[in-house]
Parts: sequence; structure tokens; C-alpha cells
Amino acid sequence: MRGGGASGLRRRVLPGFGLSLGLTLAWLSTIVLIPLLALVLRPLELGPAGIWASLAEPRVWAALRLSFLAALAAAALNLPIGLLAAWVLVRYRFPGRRLLDGMVDLPFALPTAVAGLALTALYAPNGWLGAPLAALGVKVAYTPLGVMLAMAFVGLPFVVRTVEPVLRDLPREAEEAAATLGAGRGQTFRRVILPALAPALLAGFTMAAARAIGEYGSVIFIAGNMPMVSEIAPLLIVVRLEQFDYAGAAAVGLAMLFLSFLLLLVLNLASRFWRPA
Amino acid sequence: MRRPGGEPRVEVAAEAPWVRRLAILLAVLVLGLLLLLPLLAVATEALRRGWTPVVAAITDPDALAAIRLTLLIAAISVPVNTLGGLAAAWCIAKFDFPGRALLLALIELPFSVSPVISGLVWVLLFGAQGWLGPWLQERDIQIVFALPGLVLATIFVTFPFVARTLVPLMQEQGRSAEEAAATLGASGWQTFRRVTLPDIRWALLSGVLLCNARAMGEFGAVSVVSGHIRGETNTMPLHIEILYNEYQFVGAFAVAGLLALLALVTLAAKALLERSGDLARLRRPPA
Repeated sequence: MRGGGASGLRRRVLPGFGLSLGLTLAWLSTIVLIPLLALVLRPLELGPAGIWASLAEPRVWAALRLSFLAALAAAALNLPIGLLAAWVLVRYRFPGRRLLDGMVDLPFALPTAVAGLALTALYAPNGWLGAPLAALGVKVAYTPLGVMLAMAFVGLPFVVRTVEPVLRDLPREAEEAAATLGAGRGQTFRRVILPALAPALLAGFTMAAARAIGEYGSVIFIAGNMPMVSEIAPLLIVVRLEQFDYAGAAAVGLAMLFLSFLLLLVLNLASRFWRPA
Repeated sequence: MRRPGGEPRVEVAAEAPWVRRLAILLAVLVLGLLLLLPLLAVATEALRRGWTPVVAAITDPDALAAIRLTLLIAAISVPVNTLGGLAAAWCIAKFDFPGRALLLALIELPFSVSPVISGLVWVLLFGAQGWLGPWLQERDIQIVFALPGLVLATIFVTFPFVARTLVPLMQEQGRSAEEAAATLGASGWQTFRRVTLPDIRWALLSGVLLCNARAMGEFGAVSVVSGHIRGETNTMPLHIEILYNEYQFVGAFAVAGLLALLALVTLAAKALLERSGDLARLRRPPA
């Protein structure tokens, strides 16, 4: 679409390239790049051994493990729920569909502190959902389970909104062919529809997990923040900053970024493997 | 084209009616439980003792100061990011240059960074033991634990919203209309105002709304740079946390309800814009 050869000519036709690019780069560097550079360089003051010593504390490991495992579990929980929601929203027409569609975006729009407070009220031992669950012997608030639940709340829209457009554009002919060839509806879903949705599901999973790893506001209220048990990595950064351990805080931040990057890399490779050649 | 409108469709590939009904019921139930119930909980907890304590909590001087500060921060960060987002969308969508994809990826970077890290970076730069901390202290300039730090952290967090809403739309619209206008002698500003802006206004408004909702609701990033000085550097979300930690639950949920209302209004406005502006097609998950 975009003619590469004509670009030289086009650049002269439309004005404002230098101005808009210059403005963008200035905006990007001051707000994002220079500050992030500080995050990368600051821990280096400690030296490699110092960074390791700062990260090798059991409390740091526990926090990083909780943040990553709970985020992955939450994203996994989002897969079936998100698929169901996307399916119903795309394929069926029913009263209240618009409302349900709008509701899906709620975690995007709701301030995280509000979500955190609301979830804590719901799942506290005397809450609407916490009380019946407690009667069953399941404790949600102030446990890693609560952390995962809050992460699932913020991540759900990612799965729904990435699966939705793919499902909408899925050619019905493939399903009709499968049905004509004698496949049952369940078989068609497993063999035809699900493989076509797999890349979108994986993309949604990745986004939901990435968001959940760094999540702070929705989690800290319901987590209870017990060191070694329900303390997430972002909170540890805050704790270290309060002790004026800037380099230590930056080291945890850098470790989080590095691990997230590694996770994204693995998941992206997986999606490449998945995509039909 | 493959299916002319009038042709009757035979549904050979459809679920049994009971499967449909069950799926709809299940989806409504699960989403209601997961998404709607928290909202109801906020309202119920806030109104536990009627309206009087809610009004008292919101008109409390500290709460009013927090509301003012939140509005002030949004009033500074949203225009900055709107201007930056417009510039970025203009150069990415309307011109070819090497590194365009990288530029877009860098613009979206703040979405994949933890809010706490978004605040941390400013402390590392401007905090008492930050790179520029001593220099600032000598000159008695306060950035962290003051308004400038709160604004910077908010700008960082809401940085990608406008650009991200505009770029796919402007790329799809191409550049022939602008080129025609420019060839006919319109100035750059005229071209933008008369040709581009009418085509993107709904998307722009939608991006600005989302940016604003996040700016007013941001918690993690501002929490790190705020210093939590009551009546001075407490935004609404931080005020909620303080009230909650002091066991003033009705007050905490009252202010939380106010922010939840903002979220609902934003969602409703966004839904309306999507319907009028045909944006649903281009909907991508924001963060």
C-alpha cells in the first residue's frame, strides 16, 4: 500500500514532518527514555556483586516468585473466561449484550485503588463472596489467592479484546464445511475454531500476564502484604524506597523488567511456533 | 462479496439453542460476579450509613484538596500528552521513515512498565539521593514529593493513550486527502485543521477521555512520588488509601465511589463515541 519509491516525493508534499518528529522525539526522550535510563544505570553503582547481593535476599525471591506465578495463573484463568465472553459477545444476540460489552472494559477504566478496595470488601472473610468461601474453607483475602484474583480482574479485558476481532473475522465457511463433512459442533470447535483462535488467545494471555506482573493498586489492598507470603515485587520497591535504598529499589525494578522481557520473549517465540506456516 | 445480502443463510454450523442459552447465562453470571459485583460493593460500603457521611467525607477539607490536586494534575498532563500524541501520530501515520515501528514500540513502552517503576524512575532522577537531587536541593527546587513529580509520573503513565488511539486510524485513512489539500495550496496548519482533524476527532476525543481517566485514577506511580502530605500532595486515589488505612471505611468508599463514577462516565462516553465514530473496528486493548 505504502509506496516506498514515492516516499521521497511525498515527504515534500506534506508539511510538518520535521516539526512533528522533533516534538515526538523530545516528548519521548524527556518523559520515557531518560527516566528509564536512570533505572538501568542506577543499580550499576552497586556493581555486579552488589546487585546480586541486593537481589539474593529470600524476601526478594519470594516477592518476584509471587508476582510472576500469580500473574501467569491469573492470565491462565482469564483464558476460558475471556474466550467465553468474546464468543457470546461476537456470536450471539441477546438483550443486554451492549451492556455486557461495555462492562468488559471496566477494569481498564476503573482506578486501580478503587478496584483493590472493592475486591477486598468482596472477598474479606465477612464480605459477600468471602463469607461463603470462608465457610467452604477457602481463604481469599490476604493470601496469594487474593493476589491472583485481583490480577485476573485487571487482565480479563485483554483476552476478550484480542480474541473478539479474530473471532469476528473468522470465516464461517470453515465451520460450515466441517459441519457438512459430519463433524459435531463440539468437534468443530476443538478442531477448527480453537486452533484459529490460538494465536489471539496467546497474545491476550501475554498482555494480561504482562499487566498483572507490574500491577500494584488493585493488588496491595487484598494481598495483606505479608513478607515472604503475600508481598508482591512492586511493593518491595516501595518498601526499599521508603528506606532510601534507591539502588536496591532500582535493582528490584530492573529484575522485574528483565524477567518480564524474558517472559515476553518466550511467549512471542511460542506464538511464532504456533502460527501456521 | 461472497454472501449477497438477500441470500437466505442455512445455519449448518450453529450450536443447539440450549448451548447458546447456557453460554450466555454463564458469561453474564461470571462477568457479573467478577466485574459488576465489585462496583456494587463500593456503592454499598459507601452508603452503609446513608448519604450524610458520604457527603461529609467528600466535602472534608483534605478530600477537597485531593480532588483539586487530581483535577490540576489531569489538567496539565492530558494536554501535554494530547499534543505529543498528535505529533507522534502525524509523523508515524503520514510519513515514511526508517525506525517507525521502533518509535511506536517506544511510545507504547510505558504500558508494559509497572506503575511503581513509572514513579521510581523520577525518584531516581530527582529524589534526595537521585542524580539531580543535590543540585536541586542547592537551588531549593522540589520536584519529587511535590506537584512537578506527581505531574511527571502521571504524564509517564498516560503517555501512550492518545498516540495509540490515533495511529491505527490515521494509517488506515492514508494521506491522499492531506496531499490533495497541500497540492491545492493549503498550509500545514490548514490541512491539519480542515482535512485531518474532522476525520479523527472522535478517536481523538476517545483517546483523551481514556488518558484523562487514567490520569485521575493513577495510584502506583503517584504513590511513589507523592510523599503523602495531607492536603498538599495527596491525590484522590492516595486519599482513599489513607482513609482506608485509618479504618475510615465509609469515607474511603465514598471517595472511591466518586472515582468509580468517573470510570463509568468515561466508559459510557467511549461507547457512544465508538458508535458514532465507527471506532469499534479499530478497537485494541489499551492498558
